[in-house]
Amino acid sequence: MSKEVTFKVFRFDPEKDKKPYFQKYAFEPRQGMTILDGLFHIQRKIDGSIAFRSSCREGVCGSCAMHIGGKYRLACETQIKGLGKNITIRPLAHVPIIKDLVVDMKPFWNKYKSVKPYLMPGDPDPASHERIQSEDERKKIDVLIDCILCGACTSSCSVTATNEDYLGPAALMKANRFIRDTRDNATDERLRLVATENGAYRCHTIFSCQYVCPKDLNPQASIQEIQELGVKRILKEKE
Amino acid sequence: MKYHQVLVVGGGLAGMRAAVACNRRNIKVGLLSKIHPVRSHSTSAQGGINAAMNNHVRGKHDDVMRHAFDTIKGSDYLADQDAVVKFTADAPHRIIEMENWGVPFSRNEEGKIAQRPFGGAGFPRTCYAADRTGMYLIQTLWEQVCKYTEASMREEMVIYDEWVCLKIIVEKNKAVGVVAWNLAEGKLEIFKADAIIMGTGGIGRIYSNTSNALTNTGMGMALAYWAGVPLKDMEFVQFHPTTLKGNNCLMTEGCRGEGGYLLNDKGERFLANYPDSSVAMEIAPRDIVSRNITREVMAGRGINGQDYVYLDLRHLGAEKIMTRLPGIRDLAMNFVGVDPITQPVPIQPGHHYTMGGIDVNENAATPVEGLYAAGECACVSVHGANRLGGNSLLETIVFGAIAGESAVKYIEDGGKTGDVSKTLEKGKKEVEDKILSIFESKGDEDPSLIREELQKVMAEKVGVFRNEKDLKAAHTKVQELRDRYKKIKIMNTSGLKFNQDLMWNMELEGDLDIAETIVAGALNRKESRGSQSRTDFPVRDDKNWLHHSTFTYTPKGAKLGKKKVTLGYFKPKERTY
Ligand SMILES: Cc1cc2nc3c(=O)[nH]c(=O)nc-3n(C[C@H](O)[C@H](O)[C@H](O)COP(=O)(O)OP(=O)(O)OC[C@H]3O[C@@H](n4cnc5c(N)ncnc54)[C@H](O)[C@@H]3O)c2cc1C
Ligand code: FES
Repeated sequence: MSKEVTFKVFRFDPEKDKKPYFQKYAFEPRQGMTILDGLFHIQRKIDGSIAFRSSCREGVCGSCAMHIGGKYRLACETQIKGLGKNITIRPLAHVPIIKDLVVDMKPFWNKYKSVKPYLMPGDPDPASHERIQSEDERKKIDVLIDCILCGACTSSCSVTATNEDYLGPAALMKANRFIRDTRDNATDERLRLVATENGAYRCHTIFSCQYVCPKDLNPQASIQEIQELGVKRILKEKE
Repeated sequence: MKYHQVLVVGGGLAGMRAAVACNRRNIKVGLLSKIHPVRSHSTSAQGGINAAMNNHVRGKHDDVMRHAFDTIKGSDYLADQDAVVKFTADAPHRIIEMENWGVPFSRNEEGKIAQRPFGGAGFPRTCYAADRTGMYLIQTLWEQVCKYTEASMREEMVIYDEWVCLKIIVEKNKAVGVVAWNLAEGKLEIFKADAIIMGTGGIGRIYSNTSNALTNTGMGMALAYWAGVPLKDMEFVQFHPTTLKGNNCLMTEGCRGEGGYLLNDKGERFLANYPDSSVAMEIAPRDIVSRNITREVMAGRGINGQDYVYLDLRHLGAEKIMTRLPGIRDLAMNFVGVDPITQPVPIQPGHHYTMGGIDVNENAATPVEGLYAAGECACVSVHGANRLGGNSLLETIVFGAIAGESAVKYIEDGGKTGDVSKTLEKGKKEVEDKILSIFESKGDEDPSLIREELQKVMAEKVGVFRNEKDLKAAHTKVQELRDRYKKIKIMNTSGLKFNQDLMWNMELEGDLDIAETIVAGALNRKESRGSQSRTDFPVRDDKNWLHHSTFTYTPKGAKLGKKKVTLGYFKPKERTY
């Protein structure tokens, strides 16, 4: 029996092609080959014109998220074995295509930047020593800090699909990472940016972000936290 | 044509730190990177970053001179001692700065930055953030870059991500600009700059068995080499003892720092059987542990007689593994299907780090005016013949900042690029001609085979143990591949837009030329020192070889030279642990 698999790869160059199409590439995978290895095999041995992103090949840099065999995943962490003989590969969604599997991440980064994604301690840096944070305080940001900014969650989100202004799970979780950090003192300012109509309150609790996250993180929980904090903040103002 | 006072090439830790240094002094800076900065290889760093911070109960007596001593001893006395002292003295301050900017370091009982033991260090000195230190550092620096690019009262800081630098342009020994390729638009562009800082990282992908990212090709260092800047100490290549069997993903030294064991087929902690590791055991330095694993394997005591041994973490317990080494567990489960909580992890030494690089002094300046380099692409040298774990992340932020400061000072002292438009245009034309010649090539060499053959010969013949016969064979092979490269035929000749076939194969030229320097250097150095272990010259020979090697580009291959090592603090002694 042939061990061959077929990659059905999304192809599109908006400057050359009228519309996207799928191209099939059949090859026999090596033992232990990942989807990323397979894409390189195609680019180096079969068709040098396909484009895709990669860097670390170990699931930490966030370059290679794409829609593989029905789910957003990291190509470098996904084994070919187990996905059947025909594997369809599409780029991230709700962002413009640059070429094939390479998308324009600008909208993603703009949302990220809009939450002021940096520590705002509110006082000058001590410079001569670290800001003290107990082990338990540090635990509060565990997991939230592990987001690799790959964009899988934002792509899978059906709210993002219909509302391009929605901040999306990755940016909201980033905001929560700073809200929860005991060294940060800008919760009010951040809530004003993210506990908003197109921020946390736009979420429809569909949980697809949590389902697809290749790092098993839970952006949904962060969104919920922001929603609650936002309500509390408004109630406090009304008092 | 674009212009910035300072142009930084490379968006890793070194490049971003340099750019921030310039921006904080209100210098107009551009940062150019072939991948988005957060995707840089620095993000893969796991174990931690060194500084004498005295935060660990067993580290109260640590200080910057002890850190300097360990670094120099680890370097097998090939590091420049004045540079090392500057390096370790700057360390605590730079790490605190990163913490102040938001790095989520793990904490000790007092709420200070947590530290762990690492190989070759007299005290637990490695500051860590679980086993994702590099990722948190790079995200934090990126956050600062985002903050500064939007700060209204500052001069511009412009990020050019997914722009590949293809050439550094030098006129009369002064760097004046670069030619870069905007992948998304498929266009070449000239950048003019008063000063240029290189932060292009390591070159691991010339080896088949490397822990490095796919993007770590020889091209970054080659850009400087081709522009006439000498490279230094290229023969010193670090092999990390514990990379995953198969795809060589790294299992951080932190695994051993936290108490992990190395076991052979008989279940013995075999490091006890070798004089140079019998005391320090698993936390002996990398070069020594890699050699002793390789010796076990050669003696047939690898697991099932094969080319790997076990890294056993089981006795650390689930709790410690989950909190201190969660990323390691993910990698082992993902790529070899092993859960370190219940099973030993199969590991083997793999290529990891390049001690050599672009020749710079302790101010990060190259011999070419206005050209600086920092991070793994540079060779100061603070690592000499062998780098200690945790010192390389430190190098990126210490010397990244120094490179930025040096460039600022150069400009404030009047350093400027005048009207060089003809030279810049000529440089761009040369790149265009090169691309055209690749597109129109009548040759029939398959570049993917050249890459595979290169990676294989480097792993097999220029590895942990070296000898003249193997090195000569490797040199002949690399020269053959360099000749074949002139006749490559690529598949995609339809323009520049995200033409990765062209991109990877232009980078391949850098791989080949850098590989040649490594082999030539290893062949030339007739002694064993640090990571260079010559079975035909098994001892260190300070009388004849206590000097740096230099490599100057010629089309035929590197022209080799020597450079003095700066001593002055610690006399060279025999190195045991
Ligand atoms: C798996 C792993 C784990 C490690 N763990 C540790 C650790 O725990 N502690 C420690 O101290 N060290 C560690 N190291 C080493 C350390 O991570 C690296 O030496 C360091 O991160 C290098 O940083 P850099 O800024 O010099 O380069 P990189 O982070 O590699 O960045 C290079 C940059 O240059 C850009 N670039 C390259 N070429 C071009 C070009 N032609 N045009 C435009 N841009 C270009 C790339 O886009 C990238 O942005 C580890 C290394 C590996 C492989
Ligand atoms: S290549 Fe880095 S996450 Fe896949």
